[in-house]
Amino acid sequence: MTELDPVLLSRIQFGLTALYHFLFVPLTLGLSFILAIMESVYVMTNRPIWRDMTRFWGKLFGINFAMGVATGITMEFQFGTNWAYYSQYVGDIFGVPLAIEGLMAFFLESTFVGLFFFGWNRLSKGQHLGVTWLVALGSNLSALWILIANGWMQNPVGAHFNYQTLRMEVTSISAVIFNPVAQAKFVHTVSAGYVVGSVFVLAISSYYLLRNRHLAFAKRSFAVAASFGLAAALSVVVLGDESGYEASLNQKMKVAAIEAEWQTTAPPASFTVFGIPDAKDQVTRYALRIPWLLGLIATRSLDTPVPGINNLVQVADGRIRDGIQAYRALIILRTHPEDAAARTQLQAHVDNLGYALLLRSAGVDPLTASDKDIQQAARSTVPPVGLLFWSFRVMVGLGFLFILMFAFAFYVSARQSFERHRKFLVLAAFSLPLPWIAAELGWIVAEVGRQPWVIDGVLPTQLGASSVSGGQVLGSLIGFLLFYSTLAVVDIYLMLRYARLGPDTYPAGGKSTQRAAITGDSP
Amino acid sequence: MNIPLDYETLRLIWWLLLTVLIAGFAVMDGFDLGVAGQLLIVARNDDQRRVAINSIGPVWDGNQVWFILGGGAVFAAFPLLYAAAFSGLYAAMFLVLLTFIVRPVCIDFRSKLADARWRATWDSILSIAGLLAALLFGVAIGNLFLGLPFHFTDELRLVYAGGFFGLLQPFALLCGLASVAMLLMHGASWLLLKTAGEVAERARWVLLVSAGLLVVLFALGGAWLAHLDGYTITSALNPSAPSNPLAKQVARVPGAWLSVYTLHPWTLLAPIVGFIGPLLACVWAWRRRGGLSFLCSALGVIGVIFTAAFSLFPFLLPSDLDPSASLTLWDASSSQRTLFIMLVAVVVFLPIVLLYTGWVFRVLRGKVTEAYVREHKQSLY
Repeated sequence: MTELDPVLLSRIQFGLTALYHFLFVPLTLGLSFILAIMESVYVMTNRPIWRDMTRFWGKLFGINFAMGVATGITMEFQFGTNWAYYSQYVGDIFGVPLAIEGLMAFFLESTFVGLFFFGWNRLSKGQHLGVTWLVALGSNLSALWILIANGWMQNPVGAHFNYQTLRMEVTSISAVIFNPVAQAKFVHTVSAGYVVGSVFVLAISSYYLLRNRHLAFAKRSFAVAASFGLAAALSVVVLGDESGYEASLNQKMKVAAIEAEWQTTAPPASFTVFGIPDAKDQVTRYALRIPWLLGLIATRSLDTPVPGINNLVQVADGRIRDGIQAYRALIILRTHPEDAAARTQLQAHVDNLGYALLLRSAGVDPLTASDKDIQQAARSTVPPVGLLFWSFRVMVGLGFLFILMFAFAFYVSARQSFERHRKFLVLAAFSLPLPWIAAELGWIVAEVGRQPWVIDGVLPTQLGASSVSGGQVLGSLIGFLLFYSTLAVVDIYLMLRYARLGPDTYPAGGKSTQRAAITGDSP
Repeated sequence: MNIPLDYETLRLIWWLLLTVLIAGFAVMDGFDLGVAGQLLIVARNDDQRRVAINSIGPVWDGNQVWFILGGGAVFAAFPLLYAAAFSGLYAAMFLVLLTFIVRPVCIDFRSKLADARWRATWDSILSIAGLLAALLFGVAIGNLFLGLPFHFTDELRLVYAGGFFGLLQPFALLCGLASVAMLLMHGASWLLLKTAGEVAERARWVLLVSAGLLVVLFALGGAWLAHLDGYTITSALNPSAPSNPLAKQVARVPGAWLSVYTLHPWTLLAPIVGFIGPLLACVWAWRRRGGLSFLCSALGVIGVIFTAAFSLFPFLLPSDLDPSASLTLWDASSSQRTLFIMLVAVVVFLPIVLLYTGWVFRVLRGKVTEAYVREHKQSLY
């Protein structure tokens, strides 16, 4: 039997379970706000249809929410099970936002979501509306803290290496919280969630309009989705640009890979709209370029160069050589912790310690590394260019498509011209999966673009893994594949069933028997 | 920023907070697990099943956050413990995870379709998941007393030399059974409080049996512990030193796990509450006083958890392979700064959480009955 690589398997497992979890999260983010908006209209206008809308979309929200909670626990577990060295190496910083997320956000949304469903007749209208807003607030705050944690992996500020404990420790928590990368990521990600929620409501409402069912209900839902979605789609693109700008300050290699910019060109750099990156010959074939645009996006100036991949590999080469000095000092300190010269040497080169660890992840001892080893390690800092190049372009393309779609939906809704635009309704109904594709690709750009680092410049992914056997990881991975696939089938089946049945299945206004059900108790 | 609390105090506070969070999880989510575990026994038809499930329906989600917060707090305050426990117990952790993933799905999906087989399937899965989770938690605690087979390389990389089946030792299984009995008792007291009719009546019997069982198993565990090899630090200890578990010497001494009770007799309060709580829960259950029974059951749960924590003190995760590599609260914690930041976060947010959780439970007060769930077929779980 060939040796199974536990690190590779752990990466596959983490990647798949994160992408899976991220199917549910954005919908929770977006739909919770849409529910809060609908219920606000109900409380302000006192028209029961708005309450029925809140409750119908709330039912779909509930199915999705259960899956989001269930798959979220997996993420917290995996840091410990599969990335134990990562956990102990940076837990001092990374654990903080995760724990605060639980305290401040997850408790809030999870405690009040029960009341959202079961509190309709136990609470006054105003109280229930407050509960709905708290659920929305909680889920969005939750995203904030998770992205502060993730932002730190991309841009590890406010921390230093402690040679006595052999790990990273916090120096400034405010730097971690107000990390510009984290903030840019947060607003971009929640806006993406709002787009997902809006397309979800828009697509299903369009389906009802096409079938001539629940018209009053569908038109109003359509209007909410169109206006909320238009605002969200505009901000997701604008804030995504901010996110790209922040990345260009810190993760230059990620930006260069996304753009397949092999060599630094004279500023302002041009933006490649289309092309086929060829990693072997380090060129982008059939490239269609827009002059100046990349320089403007990435540097917001006309005279700052955007460094190319090959130049950044040279920079990495230098940093590895420098980091070896830190590594050497650390080995001395391990046995002679009082050695003052070694301490000074570590201090002088500690910023590049992570680069020396790149040699370790290639199985080379940094103390005896040859020139060739170092050059190879420097080349390993290039993430997969083709994947990033295309993921980014499809994501951005979809982002602009959503703006057009919501703008037109807004027009249709304002003119109430649904009948004249049935083709658009068909298009809107079929666009249902698109925002998920965009969101998942965004995640891929962010996380694959970080490779080979698990924490940019600090710890290579390869070294962050637990000392577990490949067989164990393969077992859990297969378990996840089977289990998650089953859950996905059941979840989609229930979602489609309830969406297709529509709001009538549900005690809505109208018939007297259903009235009775509402005045009793129900979510 | 100057840190106004010294490292030693912060480490002690965080050891206490960790115990409080675990007790909070056992009290709050424990009854959800217990209700799930006895679902098939106390609820025999669909209406009764819905009574039991809807009694926890609006609150299980918030309760589960105690578990997630516990994990997050260990990650932030004791990263080495988090890394060692989760990667060391790899297969067991994924089993626990499985039970926690299926639970929300079972609760939310089972009533979405009327089909009898669909519902029976989800009910069985929910019940098995509840029992399995309770068992695994107990087995994990039991293994803490036995020590786990791990050591560190000199760059502090943890190497674990055991597998899943190594965890299933007699003492650990005893703890597992005690944990199942404890959570069944706690779940039953919740059903006694929140339901009426046949479900409550059957829950009352479950409570009497499981509480009795818990008392017996708890006593048996204590007696066993007296003969087990405990762990004790033999080298000089600097409770303010940087966290490095390789800087101390540890020896295994028979009976050392009970030494805390002679050294600090006030700690005996924990096992005393651990015995009296379940007994009083029985007394009140006998008189059909659900509220008081639940309260005493909760006290019993807290007593049992604190007994385990006191006995292990100052150890968090002993190693039987290399006792000196054992993790203690003095050498597995985060930096002083992080412990302080996290303490501030807890002091600010935990009271708020307790306040609104209390409000939600108040809003949801009252019993769930069969007539009530029949009336609300569409709207409840």
